[in-house]
Amino acid sequence: MLYALRRADDALILGHRLSEWCGHAPMLEEDMALTNIGLDLIGQARLLYTHAAQLEGGERDEDKYAYLRDAPQYRNVLLVEQPNGDFANTLVRQLLYSAFAHPYWRAMSASKDATLAAIAAKAEKESAYHLRHASEWVIRLGDGTDDSRARAQAALENLWAFTGELFEVDRAERGLIDEGIAVDPASLRAVWSKTIVGVLEEATLQAPASSWMQTGGRSGRHSEHLGHLLSELQYLQRTYPGATW
Amino acid sequence: MTASTPSPEALRQLAWRAAAQVVDPEIPVLTIADLGVLRGIDVKDGRVEVTITPTYSGCPAMHVIALEIELALRHAGIADASIRTVLSPAWTTDWMTQDGRRKLREVGIAPPKPGGTRRALFAEERIACPRCGSSDTRRLSEFGSTLCKALWRCDTCREPFDYFKCH
Repeated sequence: MLYALRRADDALILGHRLSEWCGHAPMLEEDMALTNIGLDLIGQARLLYTHAAQLEGGERDEDKYAYLRDAPQYRNVLLVEQPNGDFANTLVRQLLYSAFAHPYWRAMSASKDATLAAIAAKAEKESAYHLRHASEWVIRLGDGTDDSRARAQAALENLWAFTGELFEVDRAERGLIDEGIAVDPASLRAVWSKTIVGVLEEATLQAPASSWMQTGGRSGRHSEHLGHLLSELQYLQRTYPGATW
Repeated sequence: MTASTPSPEALRQLAWRAAAQVVDPEIPVLTIADLGVLRGIDVKDGRVEVTITPTYSGCPAMHVIALEIELALRHAGIADASIRTVLSPAWTTDWMTQDGRRKLREVGIAPPKPGGTRRALFAEERIACPRCGSSDTRRLSEFGSTLCKALWRCDTCREPFDYFKCH
């Protein structure tokens, strides 16, 4: 259950971040692109929450997971909750996540959990488009003007320390990996690195030299940004408990 | 009781005819049968079960489609029906019928290439303009007015058009 919840939280929080661009993107096409990607991610989150609820077999459903948990109960990686910053920061964040998510879902579509495999088969196709979109933009920004290049490089420096957590495995997941239900994220590091190195090279950007990594999200220790995000995401249900459309 | 109970097969066909007429609220020229969203209809103990599948995980049309199916069945006199959503096998654009592709072209949306699911994603795409047929076209944006479409432009007739992207 925790395993599905972690992936659902990644997708929901990143989807919500992208939705914050609605009406604010630098051009109409990108306004639509970022919100389209956000919608894909929120769709994936809904399927994963529903699956988690079935596994849990209790009172909770997708809405209760999304609207009635506080920050320490969220299990997303720190990368996805980082603020949007400028357009370059949002696209670099998207690249770092999608370069992981795409091979992750592909591997997951062979899961022994038939529902997870079915969700993954859909998510894999969606994330392929997300990865292509983010790659093209990071290349355009890096290999663009002095300003866009400086912003893309600064975004990389800003976000790099949050990438290590993507590949973390704890005891709870080790068992599921051994049973063939979960994917070992550590096994995807090489393909992730290859994608990132290829894009950065074409974008004339430098991968940061620092290998120090910040972790904590998977066990509920989040940056201060998540609380602010949730205060907006959960506002309606917290203010008018049980409100429905 | 005057009306005789229809046979399960007659009930199934009646339900299919009703459900198959429901249109996609985002691309109303296509029915859910054209799209391949309507997967099947089963009749068990006089109850109709409709199976549908989403195109994209976050497709916001699924709610409306489920509601429209219920309404369509009720109009056909079938009150005892349930709707089941399945994810597997995952929907791809290859589920779209030939009729569906033709209808898309007629309203100026380039249909997805058959069998192009994975190759088209990473290879150079050549999409024919749905208006003038020219293949001198280019992608303006990966994402369009709905989750399933991209925005393209024809360099021959200079018209922008939607492309129902391979999935």
